[in-house]
This record gives sequence, structure tokens and C-alpha cells, in this order.
Amino acid sequence: MAVNIRELSKKHIPFTGGHRLCAGCGASIAVRQMLAAADDPVVAGVATGCLEVATTIYPYTSWETPLIHNAFENVAATISGAEAAYRALRAQGKVEKEIKFMAFGGDGGTYDIGLQSLSGAMERGHNMVYVCYDNGAYMNTGIQRSSATPMGADTSTSPAGKKIPGKPGHRKNLTAIVAAHNIPYVAQSTPAHWRDLVLKTKKALTVEGPAFINVLATCPRGWRIPDDATISTLRLATDTCFWPLFEVEDGEYSINYRPREKKPIEEWMKPQGRFRHLFREENKHLLEEIQEEVDRNWNHLRRLARDEVE
Amino acid sequence: MSLAQQSGENRMALTGNEAVAYAMKQVNPDVVAAYPITPQTEIVQIFSSYVADGEVDTVFERVESEHSAMSAVVGAAAAGARSMTATSANGLALMWEILYIAASNRLPIVMPVVNRALSGPINIHCDHSDSMGARDSGWIQLYSENAQEAYDNTIQAIRIAEHADVELPVMVCQDGFIISHALDNLYGLDDETIRAFIGTRIPRYSLLDVENPATFGPLDLQDWYFEHKRQQAEGMKNALDVIPAVAKEFAELTGREYGFFEEYRADDADVVMVVLGSTAGTAKDVVDAMRADGHKGGILKLRVFRPLPAAQLVRALQGKKVAAIMDRAESFAASGGPVYKEIRSAIFDCEQAPMTSNYIYGLGGRDIRPEHIREVFNQNLSAAETGHIDTPVRYLGVRE
Ligand SMILES: Cc1ncc(C[n+]2csc(CCOP(=O)(O)OP(=O)(O)O)c2C)c(N)n1
Ligand code: SF4
Ligand SMILES: [Mg+2]
Repeated sequence: MAVNIRELSKKHIPFTGGHRLCAGCGASIAVRQMLAAADDPVVAGVATGCLEVATTIYPYTSWETPLIHNAFENVAATISGAEAAYRALRAQGKVEKEIKFMAFGGDGGTYDIGLQSLSGAMERGHNMVYVCYDNGAYMNTGIQRSSATPMGADTSTSPAGKKIPGKPGHRKNLTAIVAAHNIPYVAQSTPAHWRDLVLKTKKALTVEGPAFINVLATCPRGWRIPDDATISTLRLATDTCFWPLFEVEDGEYSINYRPREKKPIEEWMKPQGRFRHLFREENKHLLEEIQEEVDRNWNHLRRLARDEVE
Repeated sequence: MSLAQQSGENRMALTGNEAVAYAMKQVNPDVVAAYPITPQTEIVQIFSSYVADGEVDTVFERVESEHSAMSAVVGAAAAGARSMTATSANGLALMWEILYIAASNRLPIVMPVVNRALSGPINIHCDHSDSMGARDSGWIQLYSENAQEAYDNTIQAIRIAEHADVELPVMVCQDGFIISHALDNLYGLDDETIRAFIGTRIPRYSLLDVENPATFGPLDLQDWYFEHKRQQAEGMKNALDVIPAVAKEFAELTGREYGFFEEYRADDADVVMVVLGSTAGTAKDVVDAMRADGHKGGILKLRVFRPLPAAQLVRALQGKKVAAIMDRAESFAASGGPVYKEIRSAIFDCEQAPMTSNYIYGLGGRDIRPEHIREVFNQNLSAAETGHIDTPVRYLGVRE
């Protein structure tokens, strides 16, 4: 499978501008890249969250493809039902077209409140692609921590206080949890590596059965970065191995991006206002702890991918 | 209602659950997504066998929870599929959030509800606290007295839900265990007649109509939300015309007539008991016995609770001396149960409004026996004479 930017740029992407997502919001860039990857019509679902509230304000919609928003925690079940309807009506000859099904949920709607719905849909084997756009907090409701929030981040429910320095504990490894469902395709990506994201979306749409892509997406408001720092910040996430790009195809892990030189995690954290307090003298040990966790995860991934580990 | 057999009907001995599962098989929905819970479980199991034996064309999703069952049927119905699920009690409670969303999206989902007490404490037996709690979720609610009615209501529900003037989901309620697990004699139509009666669903919009993409469930703020709620309320109002029209067509096929409610010896009654579900059967027997002794009792068995047929209730109850209103649910208002409140308010403006009394009974499957019903009539017949009710809200058959 090859991706050609010239071809892609000619494609009509059924997601218009004029929506109310903030400038630099990673979610909209991810959605555009992923919809551009689809060759067949897509029926999409979106969980409650920034992506939904900012793109569907009645009587307007940014979606030029059929879309359903049901609730916060159930986009997987909702799209699984639409896909079931498709199978039923297709078998009866009432629908002829090839149609793909994609569900989009934020980290809150996926790692936390929607985990059960996601797990159920993946286990049942629906022919659908679930996309988590992970911006590391409940952004729509004002930057509350989720189980995807990086350790130490200052959020409105894990504030960097005098006693507790931001979010305690490391992130949940959702991609591994979904991979444990033994579905045909699981991957991690980010729109900063557009070719990687488009290619993975194409693969996910091609496999028979469920696919899952976890996409790191910035939130300039929540991360406290400038609007135009989205791509550079996401690149640093992969260059520090905070967010490795990998895929799991029928259980086989492969790493899709190895930074020439793995950068220290501080380089990713430093430009983000949500980590500012961690650079104070008394919190330095936390930076070390975070670096250790990144290294541990990266090495673990390399072992899974049968990469040599130093 | 008589069991007059029309041509082409089959006599069957089925439990309420079997009757409803059989109705679902005959409806042959495009999608069913369901999760088991006592006393509804059998419906899911029986339907699973129909699927396993290839007796239906349904795509059947055994989801991981009722929340996902309702979410999946919302997705399926939005994609144009005729979609069903079934549940009880805690399962219905887990669906709660999505019940409102299903109704506001005007999705004609039909859901058998096998009434069971809502936890806690946990209890698997019949009362109406589950569906009564969902009475304002925007679903039409039909209540059934026996397996025949559960079957007939399920078939009619498809037509009501999908009617272009309604487009709302319907709950078809039957009493857990008392109906769901009791063997009953009933008549069923053959598959062809049912399929001709229900036709095929023609959705107004569909997710699968990729040439005409629509956004379902958008964010709807101060400038439009109210209009959409107003339209939804109109759909419920229209159901007051559609429900009798569908019942009329159904009666032409079966001879079984369904109104918003059934009146039993209520014409000249002094005391009319207003009751839902299986208790009506017991109450009818008691009324017969009382009539033999010269006491004028009657029954108004409410079939349609949502929409509430207020005008018809006024016509039926005005001029009566007392309406004794039975609630198999407690609403913790410290002033009576939900059916009582609704009926009382419906008849408030009627010219010769009867006095009203309320009996909360049968919670958690507590048996309701003829002597309890008799007690209600006795109390209210004396009230009819004295013109006075001292204790409007009472608990029936409970240790105080
Ligand atoms: C059942 C329920 N609980 C809480 C909410 C409130 N709520 C709406 S969106 C949201 C957070 C969304 O976070 P995420 O999924 O990460 O998406 P983001 O806004 O960050 O894009 C919350 C808590 C809700 N709509 N429904
Ligand atoms: S708050 Fe963050 S996630 Fe939400 S629209 Fe703005 S940038 Fe995007
Ligand atoms: Mg988020």
C-alpha cells in the first residue's frame, strides 16, 4: 500500500472547515487525514467531546458523510449497531454499496467511560475502525484528567498544587489492552506523521473485522502550547518515544518509526505549559520517573516487536 | 377481551416470554441487540435459538450490556433497520440515558419490557418501578394483562412506532413471572398475515444513504432544542390517533379489540378500580363475585400509559363516585404513586370528577390476592356512601 500526497490532495475530504474546533486542534487534522484515506463511503460515529460539539452545532454540520452522535461512552456500540444494520440490509439486497464504518472517540470516551463499549464491539468482531483521538484529558468539559493523562500533567482535576504536583500515576496502556482482544489490526499513530496515519487508516479499513487506531492529538488549550506548535509537539512525542508508532497485525508487533536519536522526554514536556511545575527543583525526581517509564515502555515494545534491546 | 378465533389463527400454549419471542420471530427484525436479565432472559434465549436455527433473517448482537444493547439499536435504527431489544429492571435502568436519545432521534425501536422491581434491595420479581421510572423518557408504553396481550401489543407496536406521524420507540410491558413465566392459551396469526400487517420499514433518513449524508444526534443549543422537543411532544400526541387506528386494523384480522384501556363492568359502577397489567385479571374475578352480591364495582384496565389518554379517561370516569387507583410502583413522593398522580390530574377538570384513592401494592412480587382487591372495593364503596376518603394513599398487603 502506497500513499501519494499528490493523489491525496486531489481528494474531496467529507469534513468541511468552518467548525468550531480551536486553531491547531489535533483532532480535526487527524480526522481529515483519516477520512482522506478512505476510498469507499464512510459512515462515521463520534462520541461526545470536543470533536462532536464543535462540528455538529445544529443546523450546521462539518460532516459531508453520514454521521451519528449518540452519547459519550457508546460510540463503539452505536457504530456496531449501524454495521449490524448494514449486514442485515445488504443481505436482503436493500443496500448494494460497499460502506465502511468508523467510530471516533476522545481519550475520555475511550480509555475511561467508553472502555466497556469498545471492548464489547471489538470482541464481537464488527467490521469497523475505532479511532481514539487521545489528547490526554477531558478537554470539552475544561481539561479534567483522564486515565490517558500523562503523569504530572496539570489539569483542572489534577491541579499542580502545593502538596500534589499534578496528575499522580502513569497512563493506562490502552493500545495494549485493545491488542489483547486479538483483533486483526491495532496501531498507534499521530497526524504529525501523516503518511503513517493515512497508511494505517487504509490498512484498518481493509482488514476484515475490527481495527483500532490510537492517535495522539494535541489540544493547544489543554497542553498550553501555541496554536502553531501542534505538529512540532507531536513530532517530539514520537522522537522521545513517549508515543511510539507501531502496529499489531494479527498479533505481530512492528515498530514503524525509530527516531535516529531518542530524545530525552524533557524535550517533549518543556514546551508544554501543563508540565511547567515539573521543572521546579523539588519535582526533578518526577521527571526522572517519567523518563524511566518511557524507557520501560519503549523497551517493552521493542521486545514485543522482536527488536534488539540494549 | 374474548379469545374469539378468527380464520387462520393458531391456538398456542405459551408463556408471556415465549409469546413475545414468537412475535419477534414473526416480525423478523433486521437487527436485535440484547442482554439477558431475569425475568426477560428467556426472550433472549428463545430468540437465540431462532437465529441459530436460521428461522429469522435477523442480525443478532449479543452485546456486553444493556447500555450497549440500546446504543446498538439506536445505531441500527438510524441506519434504517427495524430494530428490537428487550429488558427488565436494572437492565432498563442501565439503558436510561439512551432511552431518551432513542426517542429524541425519533427512532421506532420496539422493546418488550418484562416488569421487575428495580434494585435495591435486589429482587427479581414483578413490580412496575422499572418502566414507571422511564415514563418520561419519550417512549410509548403499552401494558399487557396476559400473554395474548403481550403478543398482540408487540405486533401492533411495530406499526405504531414506525407510523410517519409518530416515529417514536415503544415499550411493550408485561408482568415479570406472573405473565412472563406462566403458561397461557393464546391465538397467534400466521407469519404471512403478520408480515403483511407490519409491512417493511421505510425510514425517513438513514445513515446508509451515503448519497444524502445526514448528521444524527447533533449538538442542539438554545436556538433549536426547544423546537425539536416540541415536535417530539407532537409525535406523542399523534400517537393518540395512531394507536386506535392500528388497533382497529388489528381487530379486523383477529377480532381482538384494543382501546387505550379496557372497561370491565364499569358502565354503572360506583367504584372503578384503575389498574395495569396482570392484576386486572384478578380484579375482574373479584368484581364478578361482588356483582353477584349486588355491589357495583368495575375495572378500568389501562393499556396505554404513554401517551396518557387524558380526554378518554375523563369520559370514562366522570360521574363515577370513586376511582381507586392501583400503583405497582412507589415514587417516593410521600403523596402517592405515578398512576394515581397522572389519573388524578387528568380528571381534575372533569365536571363530575370522582373522588380518588391510591393503593400501592405488590412491590417486589408481593402477591396480590382476591381478598386484597375486595378490601379495596369495600373501603371505596363505603367512601362512595359517606362521600369522604380519610386516607387517600394506602399500602396494600404489606406488614406495617
Ligand atoms: C455520561 C456522561 N458523563 C459526562 C459527560 C460530560 N462530558 C462530555 S464530553 C466529556 C469529556 C470528553 O473528553 P474526551 O473524550 O477526552 O474528548 P475531548 O473533549 O478531550 O476531545 C465529558 C466529561 C457526558 N456528556 N456524559
Ligand atoms: S479545547 Fe483542545 S481538544 Fe477541544 S477543540 Fe480546542 S484544541 Fe481541540
Ligand atoms: Mg480528550
